[in-house]
Amino acid sequence: MTQMIAAEAQVSRKREEGIIIARDLVKRYGDFTAVNSISFSVHAGECFGLLGPNGAGKTTTIRMINCVSPVTGGILRVDGMDVGEAPREVKAILGVVPQEDNLDPELTVRQNLRAYTRYFDMEKEIAESRIDETLHLFQLYDRQHDRLDVLSGGMKRRLTIARGLLNQPRILVLDEPTTGLDPQARHMVWQKLRGLRSQGVTMLLTTHNMDEAAHLCDRIVIIDRGRIIEEGVPEALIEKHAGSDVIEVHLGDHDAAPVLHELLRHDGLNVERFEDILYIFPRREGDFDPKRIEEQVDRMVYRRANLEDVFLKLTGRGLAGE
Amino acid sequence: MTAVAIPHAARRRLAGWTPPQVTARALHVWRRNRDVYLNVWRSELIWPIVEPLVTLLALGLGLGTFVELESGQDYIDFVGPALIAVFSMWTATAECGWGSYTRMDSQGSFDAIIATPVSVDEVTTGEVIWGATRSLMGVFYIMVMVTIMGGIDSPMALLIFPLALVPGVMFSAISLAYTAIARSVSSLNYFFATYVTPQFWLSGAFFPLSELPGWVSVVAWFTPAYHVVRIYRALAAGDPQAEHLIDGLWIVVVAAVAYIIAITMMRRRLIK
Repeated sequence: MTQMIAAEAQVSRKREEGIIIARDLVKRYGDFTAVNSISFSVHAGECFGLLGPNGAGKTTTIRMINCVSPVTGGILRVDGMDVGEAPREVKAILGVVPQEDNLDPELTVRQNLRAYTRYFDMEKEIAESRIDETLHLFQLYDRQHDRLDVLSGGMKRRLTIARGLLNQPRILVLDEPTTGLDPQARHMVWQKLRGLRSQGVTMLLTTHNMDEAAHLCDRIVIIDRGRIIEEGVPEALIEKHAGSDVIEVHLGDHDAAPVLHELLRHDGLNVERFEDILYIFPRREGDFDPKRIEEQVDRMVYRRANLEDVFLKLTGRGLAGE
Repeated sequence: MTAVAIPHAARRRLAGWTPPQVTARALHVWRRNRDVYLNVWRSELIWPIVEPLVTLLALGLGLGTFVELESGQDYIDFVGPALIAVFSMWTATAECGWGSYTRMDSQGSFDAIIATPVSVDEVTTGEVIWGATRSLMGVFYIMVMVTIMGGIDSPMALLIFPLALVPGVMFSAISLAYTAIARSVSSLNYFFATYVTPQFWLSGAFFPLSELPGWVSVVAWFTPAYHVVRIYRALAAGDPQAEHLIDGLWIVVVAAVAYIIAITMMRRRLIK
């Protein structure tokens, strides 16, 4: 009885602490530190986003969770298990969708899925019925006997995600799931992922597409150069760093100096510059009257603030400083 | 106090080394390769049949009629069983060379597999067993051809078929160990040019090594194919001797060592 209570307590503690827990996680390659002491936790049932520019350490983090890259330092636990101690058990509850399609080009759609079910030691009958289910869900049933070379990029991506779901994973790990897809294919993938999220599948996804993060993620962390520089709920981060509205000032061939001079007269007005565009983040109504610079710029765009503003603001200098 | 100074980096690497962890899941990797083969066998079948067939016709029956061996043996009896050895070396080596490299590198198949409960060691093992399987298929085709051309004198030759599994594993493991450190698909060319091709021609398959300077025989003794040729030739003639046990032992030891090296190199390649 006490044992049972203890076990239950353990389960609920796990849920509170998170299904993935990283504490002071470090990954070094020789002298290069790819992941520099990051801590985060992913809760069961949520979609958690790992955002950052290229080379920030997103994929390295994902690879450590997938148990294919040894942890240099710190703690990394998946569903209570240490990735170094129980790689097989961890991999059994993960569904992995890699950044680059690594489907078998010489197998058909169905054969690809079948080979994958074997890696999980699934019983044949269960495997076959799950393959059918997944093919229907991802609208690939009619293409099941096609070889991979005749599929479009979007179909291959859907198949890669379908493959990741065959073992009914507790956590779906997606590394840039829509990179390189056209808008239609991207929206279809998003719709499928939202469907999975509503079914309670925990998702961890990396992306540098802010639209994607905003569409899918409950919580995000932003990584830059191996460190976490911000974390939270997308809306809250937008409010915190960008407010609600943005004025984009396209300078074109105009000189930036007089415009900046005018803007600087406004105390506490938040302005960021990337290449030939100025981003103005007015906090309050009447903070700034755009008419005053209208004559000195190419054009101005008024829009809602979004996650990309946050991202550029927090990581932009890192990119520009290279 | 240690007698041999091991460099620090090497010691650190060796310190973390663990024995191969292999379960029956290795066979899932083999099954994956089989599925691919069954889809593409039409294009895969032609080389392993035509190449030995042409060689047998040209050298065994053509050139062979002009060859007089000191032992008085017919040339087809001499070269036929040896071709089983060197061509099955080619098949295993090519499968775990170009074949495995493509799966590892451009197709990303190994990365896909190790993201599942299958381990790197099981991928390596599955690949080696698959390479050995392909080489057994080669042994079968060539054995049929050599038999038809009259190069087999004893039913003992049937033993070649099950025994060929061991050299198959050896050739595959050696090739896979190189594949694991190859930087590009073209760097495999060095392996084939400096290791496979010389071995093919100079391991005593086509002429007795006693015809060449003495050091060639010494070098040949260290090449895997040399021992395989000797065993197959003895079995085809129905005349195995105690010395062939040494050849057998040589093959078993090298197969085991090559397998361990392949496992170690593949871990280093895939787990980063």
